[in-house]
Amino acid sequence: MTIESIQEEIVDEFSMFDDWMQRYEYMIELGKSLPLIDGQYKTDDNIIKGCQSKVWVHAELDNDKLVFTADSDAIITKGIIAILIRAFSNQKPQDIIDANTDFIDEIGLKEHLSPTRANGLVSMVKQLKLYAIAYQTQLN
Amino acid sequence: MIQTALDIETIRKDFPILNRKVNGKPLVYLDNAATSQTPQQVIDVIVDYYQNYNANIHRGVHSLSQEATDAYEAARIKIQKHYNIAKTHEVILTSGTTHSINLVANGFTSFVKKGDEILVSAMEHHSNIVPWQMLCERTGAILKVIPMNQNGELVMEAFHDLLSDKTKMVFCNHVSNALGTVNPIKEIIEASHKVGAAVLVDGAQAAPHIKADMQALDVDFYTVSAHKVCGPTGVGMLYGKEEWLNKLPPYQGGGEMIAEVTFEKTTYADLPHKFEAGTPNICGGIAFGAALDYMNSIGFDAIAQYEEELLQYATAQLLAIDGLKIYGTAKNKTSVISFNIDGIHPYDIGTILDKLGIAVRTGHHCAQPIMDFYKIPGTVRASFSFYNTKEEVDVLVEGVKRARNMLL
Repeated sequence: MTIESIQEEIVDEFSMFDDWMQRYEYMIELGKSLPLIDGQYKTDDNIIKGCQSKVWVHAELDNDKLVFTADSDAIITKGIIAILIRAFSNQKPQDIIDANTDFIDEIGLKEHLSPTRANGLVSMVKQLKLYAIAYQTQLN
Repeated sequence: MIQTALDIETIRKDFPILNRKVNGKPLVYLDNAATSQTPQQVIDVIVDYYQNYNANIHRGVHSLSQEATDAYEAARIKIQKHYNIAKTHEVILTSGTTHSINLVANGFTSFVKKGDEILVSAMEHHSNIVPWQMLCERTGAILKVIPMNQNGELVMEAFHDLLSDKTKMVFCNHVSNALGTVNPIKEIIEASHKVGAAVLVDGAQAAPHIKADMQALDVDFYTVSAHKVCGPTGVGMLYGKEEWLNKLPPYQGGGEMIAEVTFEKTTYADLPHKFEAGTPNICGGIAFGAALDYMNSIGFDAIAQYEEELLQYATAQLLAIDGLKIYGTAKNKTSVISFNIDGIHPYDIGTILDKLGIAVRTGHHCAQPIMDFYKIPGTVRASFSFYNTKEEVDVLVEGVKRARNMLL
């Protein structure tokens, strides 16, 4: 699936919820189901700065696609990463670089987009894109 | 029912912000230790200043400038009286506690030499740690830490053991921002003076709860931020004993702080202007005075008594929640509750509470050494003010229960 169609799917899922409680409960569920990152990658080097909770992201190339794994010590943050990883993992680096992130607004997480927000969603997106740029350079 | 001499419903009407909604819910503002809300009486003073006598002070010959100067200097006298300060010029108006501490730390570079010792308490805000670390880097002095126990109280035996003739300065907060502990500053000041050390007390967190008496404490320096006592941000006080302020070199150069300037030499203005370079936060200073008037019109004894009732009530309610642990259980503490729930990150609790209209602080509260001590990433901190109600505590407790159910 393309990043765009995955994002549409996520937007569809979130549109079923009437209120913030359900949205957050769903995010918490997503957070709990996030596949665990390999312990060896939970290093200080892999911590994304700018988050009040700790967030680790690891990226590796699988043929021509970039695979992300991640973890956080806060469950709502984990839910947000789970959504981002679903949208961006297992995609070609160039597609990740080109992807827009409007879907975050559409699923009612706009409040998390503010750069001053302590959860660092912006930092997470930036980090995923930076990995994509790094691996794209390698592929070139 | 909480017994209080205060008419809380009437008091709440003074604070327009308390009527607003957040995320569709009535605001429950429990982040008072970060900043207090502003009553209409203070807002009116701010509006009046800009509408009627906004002018630069201390140098204009025109009427507006004189009015503004009079109001600003009248505020200084209000601050002086509030803190029972001997001399008006011992009140330095700064941008707040951080500015005040940096001013002193910077000045002490001249008095401290390699091998001298500086003591800080284990429960300081970063603003009362970093400036002294910088001072130590500049001078080669050694920073030593007064330890605390599991209840979040300073270990006073260890403090007395650390004191020696090498100790040049001791820094301690009056009240811990992260834990609410009220520190035994009188004992710290007396013991420090016996070995010839100066003492700076960071009074930022004490300001809304305790009316500190500078002469009775005999403290050398004391710092306050106006926004903790219903005043505006960006203004605060440095109290310094006259003898220390005369010895300290100026912190910033500029207008206002000079007597005469030639390219060969500048002579500095007398106190307090020596430390007040540039155009100050004039409106802020005036509003700081008005905020103290407001707080005094309610009365610090009544405030302290009511907040203690709120603290006891909230503590009991929160402790009834399964897995909830309170950090900072000192016998003598202000109305601050720092807590965590087993298995839940404080950030998650704060996020859910925000959706319920409840404002609390989450994180390390700019006091990472305390978090390291308890081996936790941070806490949720609810801090209560005299305008909070028992019903708001109930909303908090229900909110925490709801967050727990969602997150576990």
